[in-house]
Amino acid sequence: MKASKFKRFMSQGNVGKLMWSVLALALLLVFNALFTPVIFNMKIMDGHLFGSLIDILNRATPVMLMGIGMTLVIATGGIDISVGSVSAVSGSFTTVLLVVYGLPLAYCIVVGLAVATFLGFWNGFLVARVGVQPIVATLIMLALARGIATLFAGGQTILFSNRAYEFIANGFLFGLPFPITIVAVVFVGTALLTRKTALGLFVESVGCNPVASRYSGINVRSIKWAVYVFTAFCAGMAGLINTSNIKVADVTRSGEGLELDAILAVVIGGTSLDGGKFSLAGTIIGALVMQTLTTTILTRGMPVEFTRVIKALVVVLIILIQSESFRKRMRNLVWRKAHEVAS
Amino acid sequence: MPEADPILSMRRISKSFPGVHALDKVDFALQRGEVRALMGENGAGKSTLIKVMTGVEERDEGRIFLDGREIDPHSPHEAQELGISTVYQEVNLIPTLTVAENIFLGRQPTSMGSLDWKKMNSSAVAALDRLNLELNVKRLLSDYSLAVQQMVAIARAVDVSAKMLILDEPTSSLSVEEVEQLFAVMRMLKAEGLGIVFVTHFLDQVFDISDTITVLRGGQLVGNFVTASTTRVQLIATMMGKELKELERGPARVASPDAPGAESLIEIKGLARKGSIEPFDLRLNKGEVLGLAGLLGAGRTEIANLLFGIDKAEQGNVSIEGEETNISSPRKAIAEGFALCPEDRKSAGIIGDLSIRENIFLALQASKGWFRLISRKTQQEIAERYITMLSISTPDADKKIKELSGGNQQKAIVARWLALHPRFLILDEPTRGIDVGAKMEIQNLILSLSREGISILFISSELSEVVRCSQRVAVLRDHVKIGEMSGDQIDESAIMHYIAEGAR
Repeated sequence: MKASKFKRFMSQGNVGKLMWSVLALALLLVFNALFTPVIFNMKIMDGHLFGSLIDILNRATPVMLMGIGMTLVIATGGIDISVGSVSAVSGSFTTVLLVVYGLPLAYCIVVGLAVATFLGFWNGFLVARVGVQPIVATLIMLALARGIATLFAGGQTILFSNRAYEFIANGFLFGLPFPITIVAVVFVGTALLTRKTALGLFVESVGCNPVASRYSGINVRSIKWAVYVFTAFCAGMAGLINTSNIKVADVTRSGEGLELDAILAVVIGGTSLDGGKFSLAGTIIGALVMQTLTTTILTRGMPVEFTRVIKALVVVLIILIQSESFRKRMRNLVWRKAHEVAS
Repeated sequence: MPEADPILSMRRISKSFPGVHALDKVDFALQRGEVRALMGENGAGKSTLIKVMTGVEERDEGRIFLDGREIDPHSPHEAQELGISTVYQEVNLIPTLTVAENIFLGRQPTSMGSLDWKKMNSSAVAALDRLNLELNVKRLLSDYSLAVQQMVAIARAVDVSAKMLILDEPTSSLSVEEVEQLFAVMRMLKAEGLGIVFVTHFLDQVFDISDTITVLRGGQLVGNFVTASTTRVQLIATMMGKELKELERGPARVASPDAPGAESLIEIKGLARKGSIEPFDLRLNKGEVLGLAGLLGAGRTEIANLLFGIDKAEQGNVSIEGEETNISSPRKAIAEGFALCPEDRKSAGIIGDLSIRENIFLALQASKGWFRLISRKTQQEIAERYITMLSISTPDADKKIKELSGGNQQKAIVARWLALHPRFLILDEPTRGIDVGAKMEIQNLILSLSREGISILFISSELSEVVRCSQRVAVLRDHVKIGEMSGDQIDESAIMHYIAEGAR
């Protein structure tokens, strides 16, 4: 029984790909164990866990949140490059309403998230209804959302001091930084929503073959629309964490470039940019790989400027290893060399 | 049989996939100036043999010689450079590039480091001219029909300095005239000394064009024939590995049409859409098989698409059991108990990366909505029931559907709809590109479904199967429904006369 279950699990296809991202993460950690073991130091203060590993987990949370939404968008065969800007919008609205208008925090957060979600609704409208290419529709939003965030804050960087707001990124729950709880809830919620209902199947079906999906009676348009709305909601939450973290709504910089990290996390996690089968767990690991890489580079005392270059190289490497045809080609090469030597 | 100086000779080729012996020590040889038909049922190993020849798959054992020299192609590109060109069953070109670009993709003529468009376009015209084809090479490939795209693929393949050409079911989507055109080209290439491997399911074509025939069954070589001294019965018997009695008998046609008490299910009045079908009336009774006959592009698929809500009708109406119904999307059609197995299996039928199980219960799930997921246990039961019922050959239901052979994919799509218990099933070329045995199974299935009370609209390019299965036949020509025949009136020559003479 157990054996057959395991076999079925392995045959789902994304497990094999998950293995590669886990392997990449493990390799990074082994590298650290050898060269910067300090990264593994951990201590408990006031009942809270501290250490580089916890830091990595904590810092990866905005990308994990965006990545969870992005996984579904990419699985439908789309892409959303507006998540960074959209995250700035929720930060901007929440902070301005709180600081400038003095409204209750809960209200500000709801409005901030609602505005971000609405931007996703617009993305979905353009992609699913009007038929604009996802990269174009969300490129428009990348500029538009940043503009909205900046305009609403009057072009200002807005500082705040509100303990509840600061708690979002800096508080602790169960001895762990609070954002980890947020991600855990969103991850489990999304996993249940996609795997315990038919949504996951429909998303994969639409990404794999939209025409055949439509002919089978799936509401392709609604599925596509929904994933953009959901991703914007996730980005909104990521924006709150980012803003809370530095206690400033830095509308021009907040979330900048995070769309790339989110997309890379998805890809490293084994979800193909062509759409189809997706793995949420893979995306979480992908986000961890990205953050571990950054932390490793910084801990080794390399200048910050290096991070992007090294990240790029490592990501290329991981993606090549994941590619079956690349591995096949490598095997052939090795095999042929061995053959030549033998003869 | 010892053959003198073959172009291609493959010796004891073996290849296995997990759970399947796709090829078992198969020998194959191709002579200069020879058209060799490669035949066999689904899963016989034809595709695998072709893939080994062209470097798509690595063989497990065996040796390949081209012009007496041992070769070991690792990719289609390598094979092509060696002189082995291939045209695949499903068009493998890029629809968003121009015709000329498609012909020269990857080997575009250049002058002084930049693309020489003039030369490319004029060479493309020349290449097409060789096939007696006149196209605007600057237009996008997608502007042309599937049949023309197929011809462009052939132009691309024969334009390379090829020693041999593999045609993998090139005629599945071609009309009679286009097939003739293709055969003319094949004869010419043959006269030039090219060897041609021709994979097809059309027996007529095999006897028309081939010099020799190689038959595979279950991954093994079961026979080499010289076409001129072989009978059809001999060939089919070899392919199926059994006596032909069951095949010749054929299923008996069910009750005569318009039998007293026949209840009408669907009533169509003046349905039309510009550019696809002129206004037509059509009636379909419960449990009736209505065949649609006509040449490629006559409007058969267009009717199917209108009825299933894929395309919207511009005028006319459809009544179901006397009630006028507006079918504006496939979802609405499904809600009415309609089902459609589309013509283009690969792009509109299968969800390739999903498992057979998922493909089978997909439409049922879609009709139930997203919230209530069918339990894993029920999914498995449904999948297994139809795998057994339609004898889909697969080790288990969790295999990706794209790994199945064409016939088995088709059966899985039929299963997807049967799981919904439809009352009206549209089958658009359900037997295209699948082997004789699977064709018979599908024809028998059509008849048994109709006995259970399901109404069926049956579209096929093969008149013989339309005649065999249908109680009534509607004949189409050039987007116009030109007539109907029923009962004993239905026979192949009558339909062909109808199409040819266009009695209104």
